[in-house]
Amino acid sequence: MTLLISCFAAIAATILWYTNANARKMKIGTLCFMYWGAALMWLVDAVAAYLEASADLFCPSAEDMLHDSFLGFSAIALGLAIWLAIVLVKDPMGTIRSALMRKHNG
Amino acid sequence: MACIIVPMTEAIITTIAAKVVKKHEAASLTNDTEIIPISEKIGWLNKLLWGGSALLAFEHIWHGEITPVFPFLTAATDAASRAAMLHEMATSGVAMSVLVTAVWGCMVAVVSRMHKKKNDACLIQKEVQQL
Repeated sequence: MTLLISCFAAIAATILWYTNANARKMKIGTLCFMYWGAALMWLVDAVAAYLEASADLFCPSAEDMLHDSFLGFSAIALGLAIWLAIVLVKDPMGTIRSALMRKHNG
Repeated sequence: MACIIVPMTEAIITTIAAKVVKKHEAASLTNDTEIIPISEKIGWLNKLLWGGSALLAFEHIWHGEITPVFPFLTAATDAASRAAMLHEMATSGVAMSVLVTAVWGCMVAVVSRMHKKKNDACLIQKEVQQL
């Protein structure tokens, strides 16, 4: 479930990066790389789990699925938080800089 | 267990490599803006590795495999779990690093090919204009 959620997040971020120039300015590429990196690593985890548990991997219990979904969404939220921190520190649109300058001058 | 240690180690190495390459590129600065610098390409790998490792580290914390006290990994407390941990690092960890690096390699190859095609088209256009 975490693999599936991270894959969807990576695809959504990539589509946003491809279609939206403003998103590209906002360094959404970093978010894409982050999600794709996680998705690839979870893919390896899933393959390893499949080799151990074979077909059982595809029929998890409802409780496991819920737990994994909760984990997946939390990981996506963490990724967004990291990306937001990067955007605020690098300030690609100059919003924070101009706001600070305005406060300093006014 | 501790599979993220391998991609994390690779990320540290590639981050240092990117910084060294960037310094060399700054020394031999050219005005050719069409070419993507190698340091930027290594930067893509850094982001893939650091981003993936960060989210996987979160998953390990979630499952209680990483703790805030020494030795930081619950699997490193006794010899039997340590052997299992090293086995996982050697299999899953290495596979993660290899897969991420392979995907990055394909990405760089495709981008380089696209640039080459674009440059070839520009050269042909220039030659046509000269005629």
